[in-house]
Amino acid sequence: MSAPSGFAFLAAAVVGVPLASAVLLMFFGKRVGKVSAFVASGAIGLSFLSGLIMFFRMLGEPGEERSFVIKLFDWISVGDFQANAEFLVDPLSIVMVLVVSGVGALIHVYSIGYMEQDDRYARFFAYLNLFCAAMLILVLADNLVLLFVGWEGVGLCSYLLIGFWFEREAAAAAAKKAFIVNRIGDFSFLLGIFLIADEIGSLSVSEINAGAATMGATLATIGALLLFGGATGKSAQIPLYVWLPDAMEGPTPVSALIHAATMVTAGVYVVVRFSPLFEAGGATALTVVAWIGALTALWAALMAAFEYDIKRVLAYSTISQLGYMFIASGVAGYSIGIFHLVTHAFFKALMFLGAGAVMHALAGETDMRKMGGLRKAMPVVGFTFAAGWLAISGIFPFAGFWSKDAILAVAWEDGQYALWALGLLTAALTAFYMSRMYFRVFEGDLKVPDGVHVHDAPMTMAAALVPLGVLSVVGGFINLPGVLTFEHFLEPVLGEPEVPHGLMAWVLAFEALAVALAGILVARALYLRAGGAARRERLAAVAPWFVTAARDKFYVDRFYGRTIVAPGKAFARFCASTFDTRVVDGLVNGVAWVIGSSSRTGRHVQTGYVRNYAVALLLGVVVIVSFMFLRVAV
Amino acid sequence: MTEVPPGYFLALAGLLFTVGVVGVLVRRNAIVIFMFIELMLNAVNLFFVTFARMQGNLEGQVLVFFVLVVAAAEVVVGLALILLIARRRASLDVDNVRLLKW
Repeated sequence: MSAPSGFAFLAAAVVGVPLASAVLLMFFGKRVGKVSAFVASGAIGLSFLSGLIMFFRMLGEPGEERSFVIKLFDWISVGDFQANAEFLVDPLSIVMVLVVSGVGALIHVYSIGYMEQDDRYARFFAYLNLFCAAMLILVLADNLVLLFVGWEGVGLCSYLLIGFWFEREAAAAAAKKAFIVNRIGDFSFLLGIFLIADEIGSLSVSEINAGAATMGATLATIGALLLFGGATGKSAQIPLYVWLPDAMEGPTPVSALIHAATMVTAGVYVVVRFSPLFEAGGATALTVVAWIGALTALWAALMAAFEYDIKRVLAYSTISQLGYMFIASGVAGYSIGIFHLVTHAFFKALMFLGAGAVMHALAGETDMRKMGGLRKAMPVVGFTFAAGWLAISGIFPFAGFWSKDAILAVAWEDGQYALWALGLLTAALTAFYMSRMYFRVFEGDLKVPDGVHVHDAPMTMAAALVPLGVLSVVGGFINLPGVLTFEHFLEPVLGEPEVPHGLMAWVLAFEALAVALAGILVARALYLRAGGAARRERLAAVAPWFVTAARDKFYVDRFYGRTIVAPGKAFARFCASTFDTRVVDGLVNGVAWVIGSSSRTGRHVQTGYVRNYAVALLLGVVVIVSFMFLRVAV
Repeated sequence: MTEVPPGYFLALAGLLFTVGVVGVLVRRNAIVIFMFIELMLNAVNLFFVTFARMQGNLEGQVLVFFVLVVAAAEVVVGLALILLIARRRASLDVDNVRLLKW
């Protein structure tokens, strides 16, 4: 399908402007100083604008003809194999573009205030722009090779930004951990790409999705699961979720942009984008996706309920919500997964930015035991955070209610009652731990660390908080039941999810709302009402071992440390100290020794006596001549 | 008058060449070695002339002139070298000139 005129330019601008800005700021950022923030924000703003224009022009096309492939240039062409720099602009990718550039733009604006005191101001914005460019490449790519470029690009930027304050040892270690854990997933992803390239002979989205059925069930399942392996790394699912909580060492805008709204959703996007591949091998691949998602959602929610660090609570919450998106994808409710991705981007980015504003006001404090009653001291942050809290808890009519309820409903309709039950339990836990956080930080009596003067968010930070707050309230209306604008928009790409109708839909919605309210009420009893502390102690006394385990991340980090990191380090040490010094160095030195000693012996041939050389010459002539004679004779 | 058979010339040339080789190998005086080299060159010249006659063409004889020219040039360079060595070392013994060794 030929794209409308100007689309190629717009699509190139979406990626190119932030990329150019990133390059510019990397080279000249120091010179322009504070201006860099405006360059960067303007660049991503332009990107958002281009995306918006494309979106509206796409709406002008008939529903089935909203998919355009835009070829920028030839890239890789080997024999029959083609991988060009081609963008796929269709409803799914345009939604992702709008989320990435829109939320990205707000977070850029927020960072102007948040990073004001930082020495590496320009570099921060260069990295942010680079990240946005890579993420936009990822979502727009028409083939897996280009997608992988974006995939690795966002991983690199994630590494750079987590370790942005690399003077702090914890930040440097967290950056390494994030990168290495992601590499493990990326390896699986790469294997998946190889398998698909080998089986289908092309890596373009349309050909993979069309050819998936011809792969054979087993191979399609393996390919899908290999891609999903990459997704578990990027989207922080079991078993590769361990990097995300540590990634909170990065600046808070980074956590909001990369580790809540955009990069971590790349895994969900890949599963949704290649949904025919996941379906091609029967139910196996999707079942794995759904169950990993459900287990991760519950697992992370449990840890979030026991965490004291505000950013880490949000990190676990992100892992948990990503689990929801995988549940939705796993029961073939792709557009609902993307719906939750969008609403989650709104409210989770909002809460991260709110948490950042709290840290900004409290001199970097993240321990919520040292906070309390902040809503009166910083009303803008308090009220917007409350919007995010109600949205993620799934309270009517906030954004999270619509998307989370839709996920649970589609799981129910698919007959996956166990998944539905896990999701419902997680929903209750989500409401609980988010309320716990909100009550501890913003309600009750004012409590701040000593010597801190609390101030509300500065203008630039408020400028990001308020729009996100509004979106957290009304964001769910893009997909109202019955109207289903969002699902219909995505339908040409993702098909129509099967949702319950009639009475069942109402029952499910009320059930979801009831568990959310229950979670909030329990949190209220434990953290807001008088005597909450005593009740908490009685509750903890029921299963003290469980509390200890949850506080220690259920020993997973230790387990990985013992079973993978420690043997890995031991092997590296063996390679460095034994194999490298003995075998490799031995081989190199051995060769040198053999040559040295043989030439020490051989150099005595060179006597310096002319007649010795003359004899050698003569012998040589004799040999050559007799050889020639023999040849003639024979 | 009967012609001398070419075999005699070849035998003589071979003898001269062998004498030249042995002389180069066994003598230590640079001038003498030089003379033996000239002897070898002339032995080769004799071969050329003889073979030219046997073949009945002039190519071998033409080559002799080239050898003579080259030999003359070689004498110039060689004698200059020997002269310099003799000046520096006050000796013509080639065994004394053995700096380039292990």
